[in-house]
This record gives sequence, C-alpha cells and structure tokens, in this order.
Amino acid sequence: MQGELEPLCAQVRQAYEARRPLRIRGGGSKSFLVCSAAPEVLDLRLYAGIVDYEPSELVVTVRAGTPLVALERLLEENGQMLAFEPPHLGLQATVGGMVAAGLSGPRRMAQGAVRDFVLGVRMIDGQGRDLSFGGRVIKNVAGFDVSRLMVGAWGALGVLTEVTLKVVPRASAQLTLEWNLSEAQALQRINEWAGQPWPITASSYYQGRLRVRLEGPRKALESSAARLGGKEILEGKGWWMGLREQQLDFFMTPKPLWRIAVRPTTGPLGLSGQTLVEWGGGLRWIACDHGHAQVHAMAREAGGHAQQWHGGDPARPFPEPPSGTLLALHRSLKKVFDPAGILNPGLPGFLGG
Amino acid sequence: MDKSEIPSELEIGQALRQWLPDSAILTTPESKRPYETDGLSAYRQMPYVVVLPATEKEVQAVLRYCHAQRIPVVARGAGTGLSGGALPHERGVLLSLARLRNILQVDPLARTVRVQPGVRNLAITQAVDAHGLYYAPDPSSQIACSIGGNVAENSGGVHCLKYGLTLHNILRLRVLTVTGGAVEIGSEAPDSAGFDFMALLTGSEGLLAIITEVTVKVIPKPLLSKVIMASFDTVEQAGDAVAHMIAAGIIPAGLEMMDALATRAAEDFVHAGYPVEAAAVLLCESDGMPEVVEDELARMKTILEENGATELRIARDEAERLRFWAGRKAAFPAVGRLAPDYYCIDGTIPRRRLGEVLRRIADWSLEYGLEVANVFHAGDGNLHPLILYDAGVPGEFHKTEELAGRILELCVEVGGTITGEHGVGVEKINQMCVQFGQDEITVFHEIKAAFDPEGLLNPGKAIPTLQRCAEGGRMHVHHNRLPHPELPRF
Repeated sequence: MQGELEPLCAQVRQAYEARRPLRIRGGGSKSFLVCSAAPEVLDLRLYAGIVDYEPSELVVTVRAGTPLVALERLLEENGQMLAFEPPHLGLQATVGGMVAAGLSGPRRMAQGAVRDFVLGVRMIDGQGRDLSFGGRVIKNVAGFDVSRLMVGAWGALGVLTEVTLKVVPRASAQLTLEWNLSEAQALQRINEWAGQPWPITASSYYQGRLRVRLEGPRKALESSAARLGGKEILEGKGWWMGLREQQLDFFMTPKPLWRIAVRPTTGPLGLSGQTLVEWGGGLRWIACDHGHAQVHAMAREAGGHAQQWHGGDPARPFPEPPSGTLLALHRSLKKVFDPAGILNPGLPGFLGG
Repeated sequence: MDKSEIPSELEIGQALRQWLPDSAILTTPESKRPYETDGLSAYRQMPYVVVLPATEKEVQAVLRYCHAQRIPVVARGAGTGLSGGALPHERGVLLSLARLRNILQVDPLARTVRVQPGVRNLAITQAVDAHGLYYAPDPSSQIACSIGGNVAENSGGVHCLKYGLTLHNILRLRVLTVTGGAVEIGSEAPDSAGFDFMALLTGSEGLLAIITEVTVKVIPKPLLSKVIMASFDTVEQAGDAVAHMIAAGIIPAGLEMMDALATRAAEDFVHAGYPVEAAAVLLCESDGMPEVVEDELARMKTILEENGATELRIARDEAERLRFWAGRKAAFPAVGRLAPDYYCIDGTIPRRRLGEVLRRIADWSLEYGLEVANVFHAGDGNLHPLILYDAGVPGEFHKTEELAGRILELCVEVGGTITGEHGVGVEKINQMCVQFGQDEITVFHEIKAAFDPEGLLNPGKAIPTLQRCAEGGRMHVHHNRLPHPELPRF
C-alpha cells in the first residue's frame, strides 16, 4: 500500500477554510469528458493499494488511486472479475475514477452497473472529514445508502479514498454470434431474447450487424448457439474489448458523438448519422450534426437522456439538467457534502460554481 | 412537540374529510388498533389518526395538510416489517398506502411493471408469469408484503447473492416530498443524469419521501431449478463448504443454512423431510439452462462431500423442491412455536467469521439462559439468530434485548453490519451508534433535513440523535477517533 490519508484530508480542510476550489484527479483517463477548471489539484494517484481481498467473500476493498489494471489483474489471478466490465478509456484509469464516473461496459445489461456492485466507500467530504459509509458485506441496509450515491457524482459530493466492491466469478467460456438485420429487427429481437433465459451477456448493433456474446459453461453456449442460429465469429473478444474501450473505428468519427440512454424497446431514433447500439437497445451512440435541443428532446421522448461525448460544443458536454424539485434536491445534497462548493466546481454541470 | 400545538384527532379527521372519504379516516381506538404495531410486535403505539388514501392525489392532500399543521407522518405498507419502521407516532398520522394497489402497466417486451406501492411483492410475479417472467427479490413475507415497503427497506430474500436486492431490481420511482410535490426518479433507460437518488431513497425507511409509484424490472424465469439439501455434523463444516463453493466460482441461486434447532422446528412445522439429527443443514440451489444446472450441481456435490457433508439429497421433483424451500421460508414462525415469543436478529457478517460468531452466540445463549436458533442466508452473510423468550416472565424481554444488542455489536466487530435486510427502524437505533461515528450520523441527519427540514416524515426512526448515542454509552471508536468529544459522558 502506498500513501497517507491525512495529507489528503489536510489539503481539503485547508481548501475548505480558504474557500479554494479543488480539482480531484485520478488517472485523468476520463477528463476528456468533463473536468473541473479549478487550478489546485487534489491528486489521488499516490493513495493506492489493495486494502482487503478475500476471494471466497466475493468482496474487495481498494484505495481509490489504485490503477484499475492492477485490480483487474489481481481478480483475474483468482478467477474473478468486475461484473460491469468498466471502460478504462486510458491506461492510467484508477478505481476511484471508475466509481466517480460511474461508467459501465458491455456486460451492463446482463449483470448490472458500477453502482450495483459498490458496497461501501471511505471518502473525504468538502470540509475535510474522513467518512465511511456502507460496509464490506453484500447485504447492508444500515443508514442511508451514501456509498452508491457517490457513483457517477464525479467527485462533486466527496473525494473517494477507498471503495469496497462486490466481485463475481469469471465465466468459463464465451462465444460471439452475428446476424445481418435491419436496426428495427435487431432491436425487436434483442429485446425478445432479453425476456428469455439465454446466457447473453453483451450485444451490439452496427453497420447492419447484430452481435451477441454468450458466456457460461461451454455445453450451454453450444446448445444456445444451435437454437439461436446466427454465425459464430472468431474475433468476438477483440470486438467487445474495442467496444468497451471505444477503440472501434466508429468512435474515431470527426463528428460530434452523442451517448443516448433510452428505454431499450425504443425503435431506431431517426437521427441522421452513424449509429452504434449496445446494452440490448438501451444505449445508442450517434455521430451526427443535429443541434443540442433536438437530440435532448429525442432522448427525453425515448424515456432517457443524451450526453455529448466528444466533439460539438465544448461548453455543453452535460446532459440536460434536472428541473424543479429534483434540481433543488441536487443542490441541497451538494450543500450537505460540500457546503463551500470547493469539490470539482462545475461538475456535474448544473449545480453552478 | 407539545400535544396542544397540533390539532386533536377529531380536528384532523374533520379537516382531511375535505379530500378523503369517511372510510379512509380512522379515529376510533377500535378501528386504529390493527395499526398499533407492524411485524415487530414487541413495540406498540396507538396511532393518533390513521388515513387510508386510495389515490396519489389523496396522499398529496394528506401530506400538504400535515406539513402545514406540522403533524408527523409515518408511512406504512403491508405492516410486515421486522424493525418497527412503521411503528406509529403518538401524535402523528399513520399513512397507510395499502389501498394504492393497482398494477398500472405491464410491458413484457421491455420487462417492466409499473405498480402502485400497495401492490404485493408476489402479485408482480403473478402478473407477468404468463410471459415467462418474474420479479426476483423474494422476502419470506412475499405473499403479504408490499412493493412500497420493499423499496423503503431495500428488502432482500433468499436469492440475493445471484439476483440482488430490491435496489438492483427497480428502475424508477415516483415519490411525493413532505410538502406533497411529486418527483420522478430514475428511468427505464439504463442510467439517468444527475445524482443517484434511487440509491438514496431505496432503504430510506420512509424518512425522505413517500413512494406513490414503482417501476420494477422483471426477468426471465430460469428453465430449471434444482436444490440440494446437505447435512453436516458441525456448523463450521457447513460454513467451510459455503466458502469453498464460492471460491470455486459458483454463485448458487440460493444458499441457506439452518442450525439444529431451526431445522427441527421447521421439520415439525412443515414436514419438509429435513434431517433432524444434523447439526447444520445447507440448501443449495442452482438455476438456469439445464446444461448450466447439471454442470453446477455436479460441482456443488463434489464440494459439499469434500467438506464433510454426511448426507446429500437432491429434490426429486418441483414439489419436493418447493417443500425444501417452504421449510426454510417458514423457519421464523416454526421457531416461534417453540416458545411464547421470539426475537429475530438481522446482522450480516463476512462469511468466513461464521463459525466464531455462532460459537459466541452459543456461549451467550447459555449465559443468558435463552435458547437461540440460527437461520443464515449463507450466500450473502446475512445471519438471523432467533432468540426464544417469554414476554410474560418479568425481565425476560429486557434480557433478550440486551442479548440481541450484544449479537449485533458482535456483527459490527467482525466487520459486518447491524442490519442486512430488515432495516433499523426503532429496533436497532442504538446499535447505529456502534456502527457509525458522529460525523456519519451528522451527515445522515443533514440528508434527512435536505428532504424534510422540519423532520416530519417518520421521526425518531433509523437515525439516532447524537445525544442518544452519548447517553447509551455505546462507544464507536471510528478510525481511532473518539466519538462525541463535546458531550459529557460517564
């Protein structure tokens, strides 16, 4: 293990007393998405290491600055993994950044999102206090669920210093199948399959091809493949990795790229632009020149929300802000955890600062 | 609050008749009596007024009126909770949501069901059964408990390790704030913008908002479910078998342990065919595609045998499988027949500490002269010791509470928690001071105030005051800091 907690708390305390904003950073792998403009950096990279890991408990506790690759390597050595298949989006990605960004990968619809696997956090609040919420056990309903509230909060509610995650066994085998279909057919089919007990753990639709990944014991995959039909493709592993890390050609588009989360049964969105669908229809990536208002309205119509992922207007990377009572509740919560507004000001975008 | 500051029962009833029918307002002692306790009957309190709204509009009217008059509001679902979370407030309105019981929308293709909070847990599964779908969380009370209550408590069940808690199986909530304002939280899309209010509200025990609609996720029924029943001569061996199974990469759909006392009680009650001579019995379920189940069962059998199982029985058919589970699901009432009263504990521990925890409970059981039966959700570490006592014997309830408190504190000591799935309510409020430090408890109060500045929603539950922690003398030395340094003690 590496680093001391107290200097990090002291830096936040001093910043709080001086009302000086802090930019929290881990590996910086997701700073292309959103990043606070505060000049003073609170660097978590030196606060790293595995605090506790007992494979038979399916629980691991890690310091926030631990490189995600290091955690994944340790789990792999023990036949386990993070169920939500987190995108690293950079070699330096840290576990704390993964939780703060709350992004999940291809297995999200089959097994759940980052937040579903967070069991506890240790964090520094905006007054420099060292706090612990949740715990190291799978079932725990004591106190409000503050640890999961931190997931996807981009550090605006606290500096994560330690996280406890539930882990799962690795599947013994995988196999990828492919079909040529229209987008509407693919969406219909993937939703129907999701309501049936197939061992499907990922799906994508791109350039006329629906791909699904099956995982489990070899015999179960073979019998499923025989009944589902489709063509087995051999480059499956590389495809899902490229999708997770956004290294497919699609993601290199010079056009503004939108991430649109929708009700999975929503038909093709009808925006003109190249589209990649994943998460059983629940996530649509679209490279297009449509205006913000139009994309946001379409996402709302589909029961979801849109976020400009890269390109486009650099000043407006955020989803539409909540309104009314929900916005007021966001502001009140921010005040609870960060009364002086010094943690990652400007994030997540609608809180002012 | 001084009683004279708030309107009388009759005045409240009179006022609420502007918005609610007569039949929805109970003010007489006879009509209010069924509401004086929930599933934790050791705590009783006659409510001031009971209201039974049937629509969201009526709930809204009740909240607006109570907020304006500063009257506390305690929400109640089916009243099956086991921590006194729905215990009435002596000067408050008990808000029953049981009449909001419509299933509003079933979407089999999207695998979602939108329901009102009073809909029973099992009714959701029944509504989608024909589509080959079901709602996964299955608390033992699932035939009676309501989905609103499940969300308020973040209820679990016997299949949590594989299928998650309530939190993992709900998509969207519609709630009313203390002032009656409606807020939509979450979405049917895989994620939502902003902070994760779903996580914060789930398990918030009625302290933050009132739920008026829940959209749940339903999942495909497994093609096949098989259960193995294994007997052991010691609970340690059973515990080791569990640890080895999970380390070997098996996630059983259900994994339950009962000790000898619980096994015998369950057998006498439901005649499930349990081995009454065993010191511990494990039920291990595998579900999924037949190929998966076959593979998993074979590996489970090997591991159980290697860890000293003296007998293995695989349920021969669905009827026998359901019988095996019926015994486990009825374990509480079954143990309840052994003594006039029983007290159920809900701690969670890291599985590897099971042997040690059970040994200490057994020692204390002798010391206090109170029998304890143990039922354990072995998959997720959730331990339910059931203390047998007789409330008619002076001082015995007090002794029981003391023993229960020690067991909960032991759960925290070994790295676990005071409540895995039943909630804090009134019952475990003192132990919150053991599990959390002063700063965390302060944050909980601030979160509460962010939603409910006047503290009207379910006041006095779930989060102890710092004063109470100091007076209880329970010292949580948190990260080596002494709690409550500003308060006098001893």
